[in-house]
Amino acid sequence: MSGIDPILLLAALMVGSTPILLAAIGELVVEKSGVLNLGVEGMMITGAICGFAVAVETGSPTLGFLGAAAGGAALALLFGVLTQFLLSNQVATGLALTLFGLGLSALIGQAYIGVRPPPTPRVDLGPLTDLPVVGRVIFGHDFMVYVSLALVVAVWWILRRTRAGLILRAVGENHDAAHALGYRVVLVRLAAILFGGACAGLGGAYLSLIRVPQWTEGMTAGAGWIALAIVVFSGWRPFGVLVGAYLFGGVSVLQLNLQAAGVAVPVELLSMSPYLITILVLVVMSSRSRTALGAPASLGKAFHATT
Amino acid sequence: MTGAALLSVEGVTKAYPGVVANDDVSFSVAPGEVHALLGENGAGKSTLVKSIYGLVQPDSGRMTLHGQPYAPATPHDARRGGVAMVFQHFSLFEALDVAENVALGMENPPPLRQLARRIAEVSQAYGLPLDPGRTVGHLSAGERQRVEIVRCLLQNPRLLIMDEPTSVLTPQEVEILFATLRRLAAEGTAILYISHKLQEILALCDAATILRQGRVVATCDPRESTARELAELMVGGTLQTPTRETAEPGAVLLEVRSLSLAPANAFGTALRDVSFEVRRGEVLGIGGVAGNGQDELLAALSGERRASAEAIRLEGRAIGDAPPPERRRLGLLAAPEERLGHAAAPDMTLTENAVLSAAARMNLTRHGFLRWRAARDYAGRIISAFDVRTSGPGAAARSLSGGNLQKFVIGREVLQRPEVLVVNQPTWGVDAQAAAQVRQALLDLAAQGAAIVVISQDLDELMEIADRFAALNEGRLSPPRPARGLSVEEIGLMMGGAHDMETAHVA
Repeated sequence: MSGIDPILLLAALMVGSTPILLAAIGELVVEKSGVLNLGVEGMMITGAICGFAVAVETGSPTLGFLGAAAGGAALALLFGVLTQFLLSNQVATGLALTLFGLGLSALIGQAYIGVRPPPTPRVDLGPLTDLPVVGRVIFGHDFMVYVSLALVVAVWWILRRTRAGLILRAVGENHDAAHALGYRVVLVRLAAILFGGACAGLGGAYLSLIRVPQWTEGMTAGAGWIALAIVVFSGWRPFGVLVGAYLFGGVSVLQLNLQAAGVAVPVELLSMSPYLITILVLVVMSSRSRTALGAPASLGKAFHATT
Repeated sequence: MTGAALLSVEGVTKAYPGVVANDDVSFSVAPGEVHALLGENGAGKSTLVKSIYGLVQPDSGRMTLHGQPYAPATPHDARRGGVAMVFQHFSLFEALDVAENVALGMENPPPLRQLARRIAEVSQAYGLPLDPGRTVGHLSAGERQRVEIVRCLLQNPRLLIMDEPTSVLTPQEVEILFATLRRLAAEGTAILYISHKLQEILALCDAATILRQGRVVATCDPRESTARELAELMVGGTLQTPTRETAEPGAVLLEVRSLSLAPANAFGTALRDVSFEVRRGEVLGIGGVAGNGQDELLAALSGERRASAEAIRLEGRAIGDAPPPERRRLGLLAAPEERLGHAAAPDMTLTENAVLSAAARMNLTRHGFLRWRAARDYAGRIISAFDVRTSGPGAAARSLSGGNLQKFVIGREVLQRPEVLVVNQPTWGVDAQAAAQVRQALLDLAAQGAAIVVISQDLDELMEIADRFAALNEGRLSPPRPARGLSVEEIGLMMGGAHDMETAHVA
C-alpha cells in the first residue's frame, strides 16, 4: 500500500473517469428525449479512431477531438435515421450499431497501430495550478477534463431551466401529447441522438489521444456499457452521472495501483471491482430516491404520428 | 350572439386510406356561442377539430377565422390565431409539474416563477384551484383537466375547443366546468364543444352540428330539441334500449371482504378495505372517476394480482390468492378495460385470442396440444352470436374496430357461461348500437343466473343495467345501494363529490 501516492491517485482519477463521463452525459440527454441508444460502445470506439486519425494527420489534438465528435455523431445519425424515420427497433439497432462501430473502427485503424498521437497540452491555470495539492489534483489537467465537467453543468442547467430542455423532457415523457401540442418529436429526438453520438465520440477520443494514448482495436473495452448503466442507476440526473463516472474511474485507478503494489488479492477480483462497486453503490443510491420518476415514460418507444 | 362568425368552416374534406373522415363539412361559430359538435365514435368529430387546431391538414375546403383565411399548418399557428384546445385524452406530462405542463402549451410563456403566479391568479379568478408546483402524475382526473383549462385560459383564447371533456368528471365537477364555460361564453369566447352526451348538450349549448359518417346530417338548436331527437339524428335510426325481466336475486355467488391491496406502481391507487357481495342473477354497478382503483379492483378479482385468500370468496370458497386459470375453472371470468394489449393480444388472430382465455372451460386443449378446429369453431360462434364484423376467425385482433373487438372480448367470456363475470368499461369508445348489444348480453347472462360486476365511468350505462350501485373513491368502495331511484346528486356524492373545487363566481 505504501507505494500509492494519494495525490497522484486523485489526479489520475479525473483522467480515468472522463471518457465514461462524456459518453454517459450524452446518453443521458438521448434517453431524456425518450430514445434508448445501446450503441454507445460503437460510437465511442468510432470516435476514438476518428479522433486519433485526424489528430495524427493534422498534428492538432483539438482538431482530433472535433473529428471524434463528428465521427460519433455520424454513426449516431445512422441510428437516428433508422429508428426515427424507418421506425426500426431501438434495442436491436443499438446493438447492431455497437458491432458495426467495432468493425468500422478496426478497419480505419489498420494504418494507425503503433503510431503515437500528438500530445495534448495541459491547461495552465497560472496560480491555481501552482497551489499545493489541489493544484495538481484539480487544476493541472488537459482541457477535455474541464470540457466534460462544463458539459455536466450545462446539461443540468439546460434540462432544468430552459424551454429547450423542457421540450426535450416533454418529448421523452409523452411523445403523443408533445405531438398534439405541436412539437416536432422526431426532430427533437434526432438532435438529442446527434448530441449523444458526439459526446460518445469525444469520450472515445479521450481514451485514444490522452488516456492511453495510442490506438488498439477494441480499446474501449466495455466503457460504453458502463456509461449506459451509469445513466440508468443515476436516475437520469446529470450530477448522479458525475458521481457514478468518478466512482467507476476512481475504483479503476485504485485497483490498478493495488495490482501494481502487489496486494494479496487475486487480480481477477481487483479487475472486476470497479464494475461491481459502481453498480452496487448506484443501486443503493437509486433505491431510496425517486428514481422511478426520473425514467422518461416514453423511453425506447417508437413514435409514429397517427393523424 | 349573432353577427359575423368567428370561425367558419366551408366544405372541409379529409380522407384517410379506406375511410373518408370528413366529407364536405360546413358550419360556423359566432363569438360567445357554445356550439356542440355531436356524433357517434368515428363520425369524424375528432378529425374535424384536429383540422381546426392545425394537427391535420384537410384535403380540400377552407376555413376563415376573424374573417381572414385560416389554414393552420401546426398547432403553433392555431394558438397564435387565438384557438385553444382541451384534449379528450389529456395532453399532459405526468412526471412534470403543473407550471411546466402549462408552459409547454403556450406560445411565449413567461419565466416559470412568473408563470406560477399567473396560474394561481387565473385559477383563483375562475374557481379552479391549482398548485403550480405539484407533479401532474399525482393529480386526480378532475385536477388534470383544470391544468388543461388553465393552460388555455392563460392565452386568452377567442375559440376554445373541448373534446369530450366530461368523460372523467363527477357530476359535481361537470357542473363547475359548465359554470366556467358559461362565464367564458359570456365574456365573448366562442366554445366548440364535442360530446356524445346529449343531456350535457341540452344543458349547455346554443347550437349543434350533428355529424354522421363524416357528413353534416343536421344543424339544430338544442334548446328546442329533445335528447331522443338528437340521438336519432346521431345514429340515423331508432335506438333500442336494453331490456330485462326483473327476477329475484338468488344466493350470494361472489363475496369480497375487506380487500386491501398496495398499488402496483408509483401512480397507481391502493385498494382500501373493499367489501361487497353479488348474488345470482344480479348486476352490481361500480362507478367512480378513472384512476380511483378500477383497474386494481379488476386485477384483484381476475387474479392478476393476489390478495389474501379470505378476501375473495366464490360460492363460499376462499380464492383471494388463486391464480387466474384456477379462478376461470371455478367460473370467475373477467374482461379488462384495455382491449388491445390487455384483453386481447393485438397481433394474434381471434382464434388464438379465444384460446387464451377459454382453453380450460371450453376444452380447447388436449394433452397440452391445441384443438385448432374446436378453437376456430368457438371463435366463429362468438363472431356470429355477437355480430362481430370481421373477415373471420383468422383476422388479427388489431384489425377490428374498437366496438367490434369489444363485442368479441365480451362474447368470449359470456359464451363460457361464467358463474361470475367482471367487466371494466364494457362500452368505452364503442358506438351506441354496439354498446346496446353488449349491455343486452350482460343482462341476458344475469337472467340466466350469473352474477355480474360492471365497473364503468358511464353513469347512464350503470343506471340502465345495474340492480345495485356502488362507487370507488380513492380505492374505497361506498356501500352498495339499490340503483333504482338514486339521484344524480346522490351518485355524485358517493363518487366523492367535487373534491376541493368551488363553483365559479359568475361575474
